[in-house]
Amino acid sequence: MTERTDSFAFVRDLVTRWDVAAVIVVIGLIAFLGEASRGLFAPLAQLAATPLSLDPAFLPQYAARTTLRMFMALGVSLLFTLTYATWAAKSPRAEKLLVPLLDILQSVPILGFISVTVVFFMSLAPGRVLGAEFAAVFAIFTSQAWNMAFSFYQSLRTIPTELREAADSFHLSPWMRFWQLEVPFALPALVWNMMMSMSGGWFFVVASEAISVGHTTVALPGMGSYIALAIEQGNLRAIGWAISTMFIVILIYDQLLFRPLIAWVDRFRVEQDPSGRVPQSWAFTMLRRSRLIAAMTVLFRSAVRATNRLVTRRAPTARKIIARPNSRLDRVWFIAVVALVALGLWHIGAMLVAESSWQETGQVVVLALLTMLRVVVLIALASLVWVPIGIWVGLRPQVTQYVQPVAQFLAAFPANLLFPVAVYGIVTWKLNADLWLSPLMILGTQWYILFNVIAGASSMPAELRYVSQNFGVRGWLWWRKVALPSVLPFYVTGAITASGGSWNAAIVAELASWRDTQVQARGLGAYIAEATAAGDYHRIILGIATMSLFVVAINRLFWRPLYYYAERKFRLT
Amino acid sequence: MNNPALLSIENVRKGFPKADGSELLVLDGVNLQLADGQIVGLLGRSGSGKSTLLRLIAGLSTPSAGSITYLGKPVDGPAEGIAMVFQSFAIFPWLTVLENVALGLEAQGLPKAEIRKLSLAAIDMIGLDGFESAYPRELSGGMRQRVGFARALVVHPNILLMDEPFSALDVLTAETLRTDFLDLWSEGRMQIKGVILVTHNIEEAALMCDRILVFGSNPGRILSDIEVTLPQPRNRLDPAFRELVERIYVEMTAKRFPAIAESGREERFPGLGIGSVFPEVSSNLMAGLIETVAAAPYLGKADLPEIASDLTMEIDELFPVAEMLQMMRFAEVEGGDIKLTEAGMVFASAAVDERKALFSRQLLGHVPLAGHIRRVLDERASHRAPKRRFTDEMEDFMDEEAAEHTLRAIIGLARYAEAFAYDDEKEVFSLENPT
Repeated sequence: MTERTDSFAFVRDLVTRWDVAAVIVVIGLIAFLGEASRGLFAPLAQLAATPLSLDPAFLPQYAARTTLRMFMALGVSLLFTLTYATWAAKSPRAEKLLVPLLDILQSVPILGFISVTVVFFMSLAPGRVLGAEFAAVFAIFTSQAWNMAFSFYQSLRTIPTELREAADSFHLSPWMRFWQLEVPFALPALVWNMMMSMSGGWFFVVASEAISVGHTTVALPGMGSYIALAIEQGNLRAIGWAISTMFIVILIYDQLLFRPLIAWVDRFRVEQDPSGRVPQSWAFTMLRRSRLIAAMTVLFRSAVRATNRLVTRRAPTARKIIARPNSRLDRVWFIAVVALVALGLWHIGAMLVAESSWQETGQVVVLALLTMLRVVVLIALASLVWVPIGIWVGLRPQVTQYVQPVAQFLAAFPANLLFPVAVYGIVTWKLNADLWLSPLMILGTQWYILFNVIAGASSMPAELRYVSQNFGVRGWLWWRKVALPSVLPFYVTGAITASGGSWNAAIVAELASWRDTQVQARGLGAYIAEATAAGDYHRIILGIATMSLFVVAINRLFWRPLYYYAERKFRLT
Repeated sequence: MNNPALLSIENVRKGFPKADGSELLVLDGVNLQLADGQIVGLLGRSGSGKSTLLRLIAGLSTPSAGSITYLGKPVDGPAEGIAMVFQSFAIFPWLTVLENVALGLEAQGLPKAEIRKLSLAAIDMIGLDGFESAYPRELSGGMRQRVGFARALVVHPNILLMDEPFSALDVLTAETLRTDFLDLWSEGRMQIKGVILVTHNIEEAALMCDRILVFGSNPGRILSDIEVTLPQPRNRLDPAFRELVERIYVEMTAKRFPAIAESGREERFPGLGIGSVFPEVSSNLMAGLIETVAAAPYLGKADLPEIASDLTMEIDELFPVAEMLQMMRFAEVEGGDIKLTEAGMVFASAAVDERKALFSRQLLGHVPLAGHIRRVLDERASHRAPKRRFTDEMEDFMDEEAAEHTLRAIIGLARYAEAFAYDDEKEVFSLENPT
């Protein structure tokens, strides 16, 4: 084999058109960072001195700052994922506590975290913008981290035995194993979850930037605060500007970050089925073709190799592999966990007994039931609409090609940007809020149903379709016996996400305002939102606990059994 | 030889804890000495513990009792100097061919230039030049396994362990890879001292090995030790080679299929006689084998190696069917031959309904678990019984998974025989047939 070592070739190739594009993108990124990080260390008072402006000229700056916050949070989430999930997957003892905890955290409404932690973060950098930034980033983090950690944990648990054995028998150190085997294996699922997380983050960007808990009110410059101000002033045009900006921002990072990432992680898939379509991305092509970027990757790889050498080169011996159960330590650990849980229960119980009555609790449960009714009806309605459409689209590859990316984009678009428009309508025409606020809950989440059903229908084997044509199966019989069963597992996956998302959205959707008019629907979401605005911690916690309980219970009692049933009975493999 | 043996295995036993606290024994009383310059084959059906033994040698798990020593030192973790080639290749899809091969060297922390030199040399030797920068998904199965070999050879191991390395490949590719490997081995270019090959392919073992250890199941143990003295390269058509294959078949069937008269089964599994683990064999395969043996040129009696190559079935596929035929008294298997019983001959020439009746009779009469289920259903007024009723009993003898598989096997056969019905949704056995 001959290796290209000719250094002139490097110089000649340096000026390909891909390089020009790459240089522009890199410089653009640096400029963006500079723009976005301005004023981080300024005192809080300065925020008050320079009030936000609804002038669209400020939008690029606001968008940059918000996006930066989102990515900081994504970075923190990644860090959290790599540590928390790894710990849970590697230590059977920690696993028993960490995994259920993650499951609960996943179902705690995001707004709950903000209201409880904002004071703490403000105190970290007293009197400075940085403290509020911390709080905002943390709030976004809480909307991104859990599903990423969960996916990573699950990937670590499902690494094929032979790959693990290969790593062992070639003496990979734990450090090398992590970076060469575990992380690459988990990447495809992780990237997919990062995309979902970004959408989740946008949803709460208003709440996390225009922080308003009790007496604490801070408006960090960014898209969220811009929207909040536009709502307060009832400026419909500014809302329109914000929506267009968001559209562009999401398009940019989708094209510059996630498409290339998806094209890149495709090579990390273990099941090497050549039949699937390889994801394409122009940005990824640019990165691959540019010699400049290639040179930077080489540097990066050398650095990785260097760390491999720095961190223990000796492999673990048998003791590492066969961890003997230590019953005594296990018992101590178990007791510690029980004690912790008991302490928590006691605290919560004491607080509830002291601060709220049975009547209040009963009322919260009734509100939760109301919200549940909304979610159930909306999911049912959305299914009635999107399942047939999804099947119709999925069976037509030419249509799928165009519809699928649009559906994914719509799922990523923060639907709550459209809320002000809806509220404006309700106020203007004096509509019933209990009824008309409800659709907002599913505005952003219904797309999960659509694109999962499309995926299911398009993966339906051609033979099955030919067979039903051959036997003249059509009409209702075709839907009942052919189409619906074959998309059921996919539909359930989508519906689980949609249902969870709708609960979360209830907090934002059930209590909306326009100028000084508040529109409110009766439900648990409105209860929590109201308690947050009033800074009433006991009611916040009561509301959040109830909502988490409902979400966990619905998942355990309804969705999970349905999912296993669909998997077992209808999965075509 | 005065210096310590390359590899020495003494009285090794391996068990896994079961849910009820007792031990599921997968290997018992295994002894093996690997001498310099030998290829030793571990031959047996899946579940005979041969892959488990390979993993013990590789230091990927530890024996429950007994000792494994490599160059005089006990193996208590992945040892340097023992490398492994995997059945599913186990190469990392996110690394290029070169990076995959270099992985083991990087783990050793060698200098970069050295890693590169050694890796390229290994890639060159195994015939992968030109593929250095390719990703595994761009390669065919044969090329992927070559990466597996290069990765193992690049660390210059003393012992090479191979876990059914050719079984995931098509026949032609497997043959090419085998030949290439044997060429490298006989030319001494790989610097390996000994090879242990796990396989369930009798001809493969006969082609490659200097010594073949035949494994039996329940628990896994060495049944016989066959020395092979044929010179390399071996020719499949050579009469001496055919004789060797025949001999291995005889060895495997003699010990595997206890003769009917001995009725050793009841002895080994006391009580209701429902403790045997069955392979999942479809009634179609059984009928097919009966028909083939009954027809010309076999006319009721066939040589197993012949019929295996005739039907292009591996022993892993053929033996379970033959075993099931033997258990249901449709055939007798002995000395590498399969011979139809009277029932088998009748079955071969019967029409569909007759076949079903006969099949039902043989199933209920000779397979204890099937008879047991039928008796319970007959005795109950409702003629219904939950699945749990039987799995609980079976789990006294086997683990949950084996019980599940065995019950599936019985259900499949009983459905064909119309001996009883099973509703998977409700997990209930019954006598009624759907109308």
